[in-house]
Amino acid sequence: MFRRSGGQCVATFAHDEVRVLRKVAAEVVGLLTDGMDHTDPVVSRLFPDIYPDKPEDSSEFRLYTEGDLMTAKIDQAGAILAALPDEGEGEVRLDGEAAEAWLRAINDARLAMGTRLDIQADTDLAEELDDAVLEDPGSSRVFQLSVYAYLGYLQESLLNALPEIK
Amino acid sequence: MTIVWDDPVNLMSYVTWVFQKLFGYNKEKAERLMMDVHTKGKAVVSTGARERMEMDANQLHGYGLWATVDRA
Repeated sequence: MFRRSGGQCVATFAHDEVRVLRKVAAEVVGLLTDGMDHTDPVVSRLFPDIYPDKPEDSSEFRLYTEGDLMTAKIDQAGAILAALPDEGEGEVRLDGEAAEAWLRAINDARLAMGTRLDIQADTDLAEELDDAVLEDPGSSRVFQLSVYAYLGYLQESLLNALPEIK
Repeated sequence: MTIVWDDPVNLMSYVTWVFQKLFGYNKEKAERLMMDVHTKGKAVVSTGARERMEMDANQLHGYGLWATVDRA
């Protein structure tokens, strides 16, 4: 989890955390570079229609903006990969700009996972996880729910480690 | 105007931070808007000319917020 040290946000990640974060960031990059499918609910959540009741106007707007938005999202996921050790445990120190990229990238990853896991406003994450563990502790759903919860804590810790705005 | 819609994933603290960062709102205003989104399902976060609203919505998408533009 992140803490503030000097002017930076600092975290020490264990081997498993590094592996999970690299995997999550790489999956976001993969999703964005792998010919985006707009019928995929994850893609429509990351790139919402700007005019929900006017699909043509939304598409036209998309034509001019989507490339840059996609590049920005790839870059911010790349900021996670760039700051992490290649493997093993390690310390990550982020200046203001890098911390912002991490926040945005963690958020994209949480949106993608939350959509796949069908997280709703009334979802009790602890309860979901208990249910999934009872069903099959080794399932992919248990892993995905755990990572999703972990990313939420990590994002919150990074927000708390940022210098106060004004 | 630019509207931000409630969604079950974004953290309340993150949404508040985005409003401060992007619009330069003070913490009180940003938190009030975030609570409006959370409790009422949506909130108007900026108003102005169409191009400006489209730019705001696009930047909000960069932060992962669910934003749309209403021309009414």
